[in-house]
Amino acid sequence: MFAYLLRRTWQIVPTLIGVILLVFFLFNAVGGDPAEQLAGLISNPEQIASIRKELGLDLPAWQQLWIFVTQVATFDFGNSWATNESVAHIFQTRLPATLTIMVPWLVLETALGVVLALAVAAVRGSLTDRAIMIVCTVAVSISFLVYIIVFQWLFAFRLGWFPVQGWSSSTWTNLTLYAPLPVMLAVFVSLAPQLRLYRSFLLDEIGHDYVRTARAKGLSERVVMLKHVLRNAMIPILTNIAIQVPTLFVGSFLLEVFFSIPGLGREIIVAVNRSDFPVIKAATVYLAMLTMVINLLADVLYKAVDPRVTFK
Amino acid sequence: MSGASTPLAPGGEYAAVPDGPDLPAADLADQAADRDAASTGVWHAAGKRMLRDRVGMVTMVVVVLYLLVVAGSWFGWIASDWQAETGVSYASPTFLGKVENLEALGGAADGAAKGPTLDISDVDPLAPRYREWADRTAKTDSGIVHRAETLPFGADKWGRDVLKKAIKGAQVSIFVGLAAALVAVVIGTLLGAVAGYFRGWIDDVFEWFYSIFTSIPYILLILSFAAVFRANPVLAHAGVLTIIAVLGLTGWTSAYRLVRAEYIKHRAREYVRAADAIGASNFSRMFVHILPNASHVILVRLSLDVVAFIKAEVILSFLGLGVPIDMVSWGTMLSEAQSELVIGKWWQLVAAGAGMAVLVTAFSLFTDSLRDALDPKLK
Repeated sequence: MFAYLLRRTWQIVPTLIGVILLVFFLFNAVGGDPAEQLAGLISNPEQIASIRKELGLDLPAWQQLWIFVTQVATFDFGNSWATNESVAHIFQTRLPATLTIMVPWLVLETALGVVLALAVAAVRGSLTDRAIMIVCTVAVSISFLVYIIVFQWLFAFRLGWFPVQGWSSSTWTNLTLYAPLPVMLAVFVSLAPQLRLYRSFLLDEIGHDYVRTARAKGLSERVVMLKHVLRNAMIPILTNIAIQVPTLFVGSFLLEVFFSIPGLGREIIVAVNRSDFPVIKAATVYLAMLTMVINLLADVLYKAVDPRVTFK
Repeated sequence: MSGASTPLAPGGEYAAVPDGPDLPAADLADQAADRDAASTGVWHAAGKRMLRDRVGMVTMVVVVLYLLVVAGSWFGWIASDWQAETGVSYASPTFLGKVENLEALGGAADGAAKGPTLDISDVDPLAPRYREWADRTAKTDSGIVHRAETLPFGADKWGRDVLKKAIKGAQVSIFVGLAAALVAVVIGTLLGAVAGYFRGWIDDVFEWFYSIFTSIPYILLILSFAAVFRANPVLAHAGVLTIIAVLGLTGWTSAYRLVRAEYIKHRAREYVRAADAIGASNFSRMFVHILPNASHVILVRLSLDVVAFIKAEVILSFLGLGVPIDMVSWGTMLSEAQSELVIGKWWQLVAAGAGMAVLVTAFSLFTDSLRDALDPKLK
């Protein structure tokens, strides 16, 4: 187990080096000279000179790369070019808002997705099942944008059940007042593809011999579905949840933009629009690192769920 | 996979049949007939399966109709004058009839003369020439055009026909989706073919490359590419090519994964070894022999990517990171729709949203049918 962990952690290293190289190449070689982009943003030539010095733009490429590696290692990406706020501070202050939306979303989406998939899988092949699948296919085809525009207009503007947009400093107010509509929207939109996926996981299991055995020995359909099928289907379901965990931190860009939620996603969009490279670079590198760690944890988690998995 | 035998002789027929001297001519003819009946090519069989699939055929017709509209708009046969301001501001759709349009009334009221016009021709020394001027005004085109109160599917803020705009938007969105998917699939196929065929250190390098691209959350990868491409002085002004490059260069990983797996599987097959024995080069074995046998996988991936990239383009254009501002796409239409909905002008939202939803539904169902039809194991 320990050897496995060590080996997997070791495997992360080349990928991480690759991510750093890719981001460095993109922003330093393709992105062009920041002095040109900053001309419209910062009028003070001294400040531009100090940014150039900080990035070591007058130094050879390998020294610039070294500066970038030190930035990654010390978690110090300097200050935002646009607002002069430190990047670390931006992350600290924007993350809570993102998590306030995304954690309830993941919990609700998973719970509803599994329960509905169980219900649909139990009546597989019936008219209800096929109707729900058709509705899901059509629902997936409509752009997320259309859902947001219509839901925000209908529930917030027209009916006035929720505030149109806004955010406060109290987590409780946010959770009860501002978060429900965006969370509901996110759950509604992601439910259809998840439901289809979880249904297919369950149906894969239902075809197995152990299910027939369980039925043959007289177990009720309820016990077969909940105890036998669900437990085995949990393995792909957990994988799928693990894949979604990194998105918790990225947040939903569109929701944050539409509902004026001061989260990380909106900050990144603003940064892209302003060519504010330090913020984008930091977000890309750290979220890639986070993704790798979460994937590793997910692999370890399988062991707990599936005794057949052995660490080699 | 039955398709594995076809590349030996194109068309799925085996050319070399031993010509035994003891076989009567009639038997040979029978054999030939049997052979022709039995050996339908993989594409032919797939076509037959596709024709039987009713959902597949209907959705294919829808997709083809969309492509015809795109082609028509591309060559300027339809909607080439989408920028013409033919209607009043927010002219309502014809099927609604004339409804009160405060936005257009407000504009008209500004232009109209205020207060009663006084007849001052008695005292005005220029009065004798009034008539002459009126005649000359009538002769010259003052540029004031008659603006329609209603248009087939309404008008936007500037009085442009929403239907034409949606057609032009479809052209841009679908073109971006198709082109980006093509770029992504070509990159993925080339890298996957080389990695899966040669294995060894080349495979390791490409796998490393793949792991880099997949370890960055996809949306962040797109935004990083978009950010630097926008900042680059050359790439930023490449118009619609910028977003195609962003989507294509970030979206190749799934095609790579599939093609690599196919090549690993096929590399050791007899027909590839036979090609090796007759002296086919690596290149020929990779792209003449194996590629046709992996092409069904690539085709399905291509159509999945088209749908994904059309959706991505819409969202990126909405965020202002997609098509340039002088173009219209479904994404830019939706970004206008947000503020229009508040004042009750819903038609642009419906035109862009429905246009996209119908295409994406049809394309997704068509892809499902295509996958089923191309899978030789399902008979």
